[in-house]
Amino acid sequence: MHLVRPRDLDGVLDALAAHPGATLLAGGTDLMVEVNLQHRRPETVICLRRVEELRTFEPGFIGAGVTWARLEHGPIPALAELARTVGSPQIRAAGTLGGNLGTASPAGDGLTFLAAVDAHVVLASTTGRRTLPWSAFLVGPKRHARRDDEVILGVEVPDAAAWPQAFAKVGVRQAMVIAIVNCCVVRPADDDVRVAMGAVGPTVLRVPDAEAAVVGDPTPSAERLARFETLVRDGIAPITDHRATEAYRRHAAGVLARRTLERCLPG
Amino acid sequence: MIVSLTVNGEPRTAEVAGFESLLWVLRERLDLRGAKDACLQGECGSCSVVLDGDLVCSCLVLAADAEGAEVTTVEGLGDATSPHPVQSAFVAHGAAQCGYCTPGLVVALAHLRENRPDASPDDVREALAGNLCRCTGYGAILRAAAEVLGRGDPGAGPVGDPDGTRSQGDGEVTP
Repeated sequence: MHLVRPRDLDGVLDALAAHPGATLLAGGTDLMVEVNLQHRRPETVICLRRVEELRTFEPGFIGAGVTWARLEHGPIPALAELARTVGSPQIRAAGTLGGNLGTASPAGDGLTFLAAVDAHVVLASTTGRRTLPWSAFLVGPKRHARRDDEVILGVEVPDAAAWPQAFAKVGVRQAMVIAIVNCCVVRPADDDVRVAMGAVGPTVLRVPDAEAAVVGDPTPSAERLARFETLVRDGIAPITDHRATEAYRRHAAGVLARRTLERCLPG
Repeated sequence: MIVSLTVNGEPRTAEVAGFESLLWVLRERLDLRGAKDACLQGECGSCSVVLDGDLVCSCLVLAADAEGAEVTTVEGLGDATSPHPVQSAFVAHGAAQCGYCTPGLVVALAHLRENRPDASPDDVREALAGNLCRCTGYGAILRAAAEVLGRGDPGAGPVGDPDGTRSQGDGEVTP
């Protein structure tokens, strides 16, 4: 194995130009599991731990190297709430938001927030920077649009700290679970609702039909909320796997989305 | 490759092969066998160490990436003649059965005590969510934790067992 330990972003970009396709190592909470289980033996690894430029966390931008522990104590309520459900304190001290994007698991908890706020993923290489909407970056289960010579710099997000917002997740215990279903709801304005669902499709997804059923109504009636629940259930694409059946995921997703929305409503 | 790091306050170097984890290097190269090798996927916490101030699973740290780091293992907290207050509390409460999870729990609680000495019982449970005990001895572990956390007395030494609850691994609590 060839190991590169750059001290700054320029060092990372140079290493990627010299070794396109190199494996990027941030917190190690995904990659090292695969290495320990001998599922992966990357030829070249570029370590990102020392790169300060990836750790920016400010209104409007979150660096790829920001850990769940920092997000957990940060100013964005739903992001803090979801960060607290990632793994354990040990995992949250190491794992990063950029790692969620790089792994591109359909169940990535952080991805629900990024989809709900329509985040843009910022990528960099020696030839420049480009920005992709989250939906163009995440192209399938564990697949994304990062080129072999690019690093994920971070995400551009709206200044969402003051929006009503919430996250919720179904799993088999309170900690250390990969979501069976997860959900983030944000309300950028009184008459706007966005709902993102994870682990119920090939990537995290939005449910536009369900959003449309409650948009424009700051205080939706019980009937309207029930309609929202049904449209979430019907607007996702879950599969049966070792964590849950498709039927369970559909039912849980509807209930979870409605309850999460209710937490974002006034009163 | 040679990796240099500080372990329990002492500069150490180790010859490290490609994909070895920090856990492997601590145990096999530096002969520090307190951190335990169990799940190798960050699920169980038995390999917990403090790396540059953060509590982490050493099985998920690429040893070569720990170049220059400061690491504290359970061996750095105390020993039989001069135990750390968390270790003393574990002894007093019989908070170990097979003992495999104990070093990770002790490191996690010592880290919590140093960073949040006022942690509430709920905070303690959340802080230990990544440390599994499969003997189901959580009751005794939480009683030991209660002796050294949240009492506003971070200097407290070894403690007794006034209410006779020691060494009952009753599994009443699952963090």
